[in-house]
Amino acid sequence: MIYEEVESSTRRTISQTTRVLGTLKLDGPLVLGLALLALYGQVVLYSASGQDWESVMRGTARIALGTVAMLVLAQVKPGFLRRISPFLYAFGIVLLLVVDAIGYIGKGAQRWLDLGFVRFQPSEIMKLAVPMMCAWYLRERALPPDGKTLLVLACIILVPTGLTIIQPDLGTGLLILMAGGLVVLLAGLSVRIILGLAGLAVLAAWGGWFLLHDYQRQRVLTFLDPQTDPLGSGYHIIQSTIAIGSGGLFGKGYLNGSQGQLEFLPERSTDFVFAVIGEELGLLGAGILLLLYLLIVARAIYLSTQMMDTFARLLSGSLAIIFFVYVFINAGMVSGILPVVGVPLPLVSYGGTSLVTLMAGFGILMSLYSHRKFAGS
Amino acid sequence: MAAKGRIKDQWREQRLFEQRAIFAGVVILLMTGALLARLAWLQVLRNDYYSELAQGNRVRIEPLPAARGIIYDRNGIILAENRPAYQLELVREEVPDLEATLQGLVKIGLIAAGDLDDTRRTIRSRRPFDSVPIRLRLTEEEIARFAVQRFEFPGVDIRTRLARYYPQGEVAVHALGHVGAISGKDLERIDRSAYAGTATIGKLGIESAYETQLHGRNGARQILVNARGRSVEKQGALRPQLTNVPAEPGTDLVLSIDFEVQKVAEEAIWNQRASIVAIDPRNGDVLVLASRPGFDPNLFARGLTRAEFAGLNGNPDQPLFNRALRGTYPPGSTIKPLVALAGLSYGVTTPEESRFCGGYFSLPGSRHRFRDWKPRGHGTTAMVEAIAQSCDVYFYALANEIGVTRLGTFLKGFGLGAITGIDIDGEKPGLVPSPEWKRGAFKRKQNQVWFPGETVIFGIGQGFMLTTPLQLAHMTSIIGARGSNFRPRLVTALHDPVTNTRRVLAPVAEPKVESATPEHWQVAINGMLAVTEGGTASRSAAGAGYRIAGKTGTSQVFTVAQNAKYDEKAIDERLRDHAWFVAFAPAEDPRIAVAVLVENGRSGSGTAAPIARKVMDAYLLRKFPEPAEPDTQTDAAEAEE
Repeated sequence: MIYEEVESSTRRTISQTTRVLGTLKLDGPLVLGLALLALYGQVVLYSASGQDWESVMRGTARIALGTVAMLVLAQVKPGFLRRISPFLYAFGIVLLLVVDAIGYIGKGAQRWLDLGFVRFQPSEIMKLAVPMMCAWYLRERALPPDGKTLLVLACIILVPTGLTIIQPDLGTGLLILMAGGLVVLLAGLSVRIILGLAGLAVLAAWGGWFLLHDYQRQRVLTFLDPQTDPLGSGYHIIQSTIAIGSGGLFGKGYLNGSQGQLEFLPERSTDFVFAVIGEELGLLGAGILLLLYLLIVARAIYLSTQMMDTFARLLSGSLAIIFFVYVFINAGMVSGILPVVGVPLPLVSYGGTSLVTLMAGFGILMSLYSHRKFAGS
Repeated sequence: MAAKGRIKDQWREQRLFEQRAIFAGVVILLMTGALLARLAWLQVLRNDYYSELAQGNRVRIEPLPAARGIIYDRNGIILAENRPAYQLELVREEVPDLEATLQGLVKIGLIAAGDLDDTRRTIRSRRPFDSVPIRLRLTEEEIARFAVQRFEFPGVDIRTRLARYYPQGEVAVHALGHVGAISGKDLERIDRSAYAGTATIGKLGIESAYETQLHGRNGARQILVNARGRSVEKQGALRPQLTNVPAEPGTDLVLSIDFEVQKVAEEAIWNQRASIVAIDPRNGDVLVLASRPGFDPNLFARGLTRAEFAGLNGNPDQPLFNRALRGTYPPGSTIKPLVALAGLSYGVTTPEESRFCGGYFSLPGSRHRFRDWKPRGHGTTAMVEAIAQSCDVYFYALANEIGVTRLGTFLKGFGLGAITGIDIDGEKPGLVPSPEWKRGAFKRKQNQVWFPGETVIFGIGQGFMLTTPLQLAHMTSIIGARGSNFRPRLVTALHDPVTNTRRVLAPVAEPKVESATPEHWQVAINGMLAVTEGGTASRSAAGAGYRIAGKTGTSQVFTVAQNAKYDEKAIDERLRDHAWFVAFAPAEDPRIAVAVLVENGRSGSGTAAPIARKVMDAYLLRKFPEPAEPDTQTDAAEAEE
């Protein structure tokens, strides 16, 4: 009797929730994954900020802002998204040019546009606008794309990438490049071209060495051998590997990581928060986090395969995979297998506008999925 | 058609996309695998290594200085102890700009500009993250001054530490020595890690000689530090397991010094350049080791500025000079009892054999006159009377008969010409001359020859011979003990404050003087008794209530020409003769042997003997003069608190 009641009430709750999510054009599993991740992130942030409730509150506020962005974008019809893609892209290019110009005049690094009431990073727009533009451009073309199409795509991707890298912001520039590149890859770029591009990338890396800023070169050099500059740029990597390594299988315990709590670990609540997880929660905690990310990415990729049109498919696939790229670059950098580039750990790192961008991306993804019956009609 | 083609396209594209998505999924899994492999490598395989690095990061070892051993006199009066004092300490790693910080401290008057080089050296020579004391014994006013401007000096802090304190001030400083800031030279001979956290080290006297025992063993405390090296109690929920090794306090020392007698002795010579050493002939215990002028060891313990040190060092009266150990003076007539003993021991003369003193002595075939201190002479004198009246002519003749080599050998048997081996450093050996010594000591050939006349004056302790007050006190104690010889010592017992056990040190016996028979000893002692009972020092010994065996002496600083008369008013004070008096008492069973030297004191009987009497009265009768010196009075009052 009682079981039946409980069962029926649970069933009722689930069916109600599904109905609410459906009305809001949200995807249940994805929302659940993101919520769990955000919760995990806030719990870790409390420790990583040195038990600072204020940081947790601000972090939560930012997640709320991201959630609003996701909710709003989930309601937008894919057709509208598709139509505004070129305008958004053009708008972003103009803003990037403005930022670069201001930076050039001010003779310094410039990434922000100060609109008075809000400071705002145009390169963040491009993280969404570039894959949207690529998907828009490919929407009615036959796939896999031909040579001429590829050339146009290369321009679409490389112009904002270049404008971002010269700000200079190598991390975001690479993310823009990948967001666009992923669209092209998913569009069925032939394996031969992929291999050719990989070869070119190696050559470019070799050539690009001479174009890098000194501090960027230094990052690569210290990445290759952190011990050469243990108190300078190698300090971050050394301290974060110590933090992770000393965490062991099960960690030193929540709030109990000496590296993080005693501030040996720099940027412990922002870019290097993954080291706090590794130290306090161990391989187990880091593994659970990675699993959570994998589930979200898996669900997002699954949703993208369910899309009914090219634009939706390519855009959602790119958004899903770029989310993993964030995770990989951040975790790889903190654990010392990738150079230090300023990429935050999605939904866990404190601060930065990238959280809003990522949530907006998921909003677009859900919009594309939940409106998919109407696509192409 | 177009619509149909698009649908077909869609289907193909869908399949292409799915292939690519699956491929992306595989790549994602591989990359996650790579991440997990990296994490497993760090967290499982290299966990021990990184744990150790993390531990090294967060834990700093803070030394816990051991309390230095307390020094007591033989009656339990404290001569050196430790008191809490405020000191300025600096941790190099926490100071952003060392030079600016030091200059700032100079500006607010906490460090003297002249001491900066020393301070820099001290800071440099310490281990990383050590808290280095840069200024000891801050006054209340200085603490307040620093407190107001503390924010300007990150890495500099005031800490309470136990600091050495000498409650008796200047009294007995030349026996005690003092502690001072650890110098570069000190660092070469000590184990630096054992001195981490210790600000001072024994510099002279007991403090230096017994450094190992007094210092104890410093402990250490592990403390939690954050990335800026700041000590934190706990951080968040971080509750570390930290170990403490408590410090083991140093060993307390019990000295043979009788402080009350020492004080009487020092007050008797307070404003003079003088030295008094008193020894117990039965065991070599040094009862008094005084050298004036002295200085306040507290100055060194709290950190002397360069100017203060220059003032002490440049003082013409040489307050830093330990006359008792390092002042070498011709012994003058004080060695006459020994010359008499030598004559008897070698069978050169008998107690009864008398010699005529007509006011001068000449060697056969020479017209040079060796004058007696009494121009008209003493007439015919035998041995006891010769000692009592300090007849020079008698001993000129006797020394000539004994010969320089035999006399020298005999004197060396009494510890002259060599260090006594007292348990503090810095002793001078003095000199017992001999023809061999003279050959080696001079460059020019004509100076290397030993002249017979030099043997003659050797008999009255003039010429080349040099002795320290300590040596003469030691010599006198051997005569008093009739040949028994104990090495002078200052420390008689070690007291372990932890176990509260006392280790009493046995006296160190040196080879007994065997050459003299009991009768010989009695003759020499009778001569010394006669000195105080009708002889040169009778006035100083009157009414003592115990019998004193003594001998006066003067040592010439200035040689009077053959035909001139010594006129003390005509010569500079510093060229006047030094006054000696050596004595032991009670004569039958001596418990104290004293040597008093007063530089430029002119007369052994007039200047030195009354001082020796005061010391002996104080020791034997516990009779103390009315306190006269206001300085030492306040010190004593403090000591009684």
